[in-house]
Amino acid sequence: MAEIKVDCIGETCPVPLVETRKALRKAEEGDIVEVTGTHPSSKKEIPLAVKAMGLELLDIEEGTDGVWKIRIRR
Amino acid sequence: MANKAAIIVHSGDMDKLYSALILGNGALAMGMEASLFFTFWGLQRLKRGGVEKGPLSKMNMLGFGKWMVKRKMKQAKVASLEKLMQDFKELGGKILACDMTMDIMGVKREDLRDDLISDYCGVGTYMDEAKDSTVTLFI
Repeated sequence: MAEIKVDCIGETCPVPLVETRKALRKAEEGDIVEVTGTHPSSKKEIPLAVKAMGLELLDIEEGTDGVWKIRIRR
Repeated sequence: MANKAAIIVHSGDMDKLYSALILGNGALAMGMEASLFFTFWGLQRLKRGGVEKGPLSKMNMLGFGKWMVKRKMKQAKVASLEKLMQDFKELGGKILACDMTMDIMGVKREDLRDDLISDYCGVGTYMDEAKDSTVTLFI
């Protein structure tokens, strides 16, 4: 099982969502995709996309500096 | 109904093309299928070197308004139209070119971005996409 990191710090709509989707497409079943970013809406919307695609949301972490980290299992 | 978005890109304005591409990419990112049907002024943006050529739909002011908006977009790190086109393709989105517009405006296939276009077609293909789409938009 691979762990794929996606860095979207400083990126805005729709890049974090799109880059997450790209990584999930490339990932194999069981792989973990970890996305970090700062765009506030994407923190809410990436979990919506994960749910819509029937994947597993592992956790959402929020740092003090506005950086969030979302982990998804394909 | 399929979980699908079928969007008509009629406008060639820069800001409206942003809307269409962001919506298309958003649909794909949410796990939906998506197609963009480029017609009339929208088709001009599929010409080689034409992606970034559109004016601003309001307050273009002979390009000054567009220049200001582009500068602001760069500061906000907004993706370029070219990147959004490439992302849309990479995520499996379909780009359809209206062949009637090509006839009317004398646009030949070799004038267009064949690397982006999935099909050269007419209203039948769009309606076939749209008839079972949950999201249909005209931009």
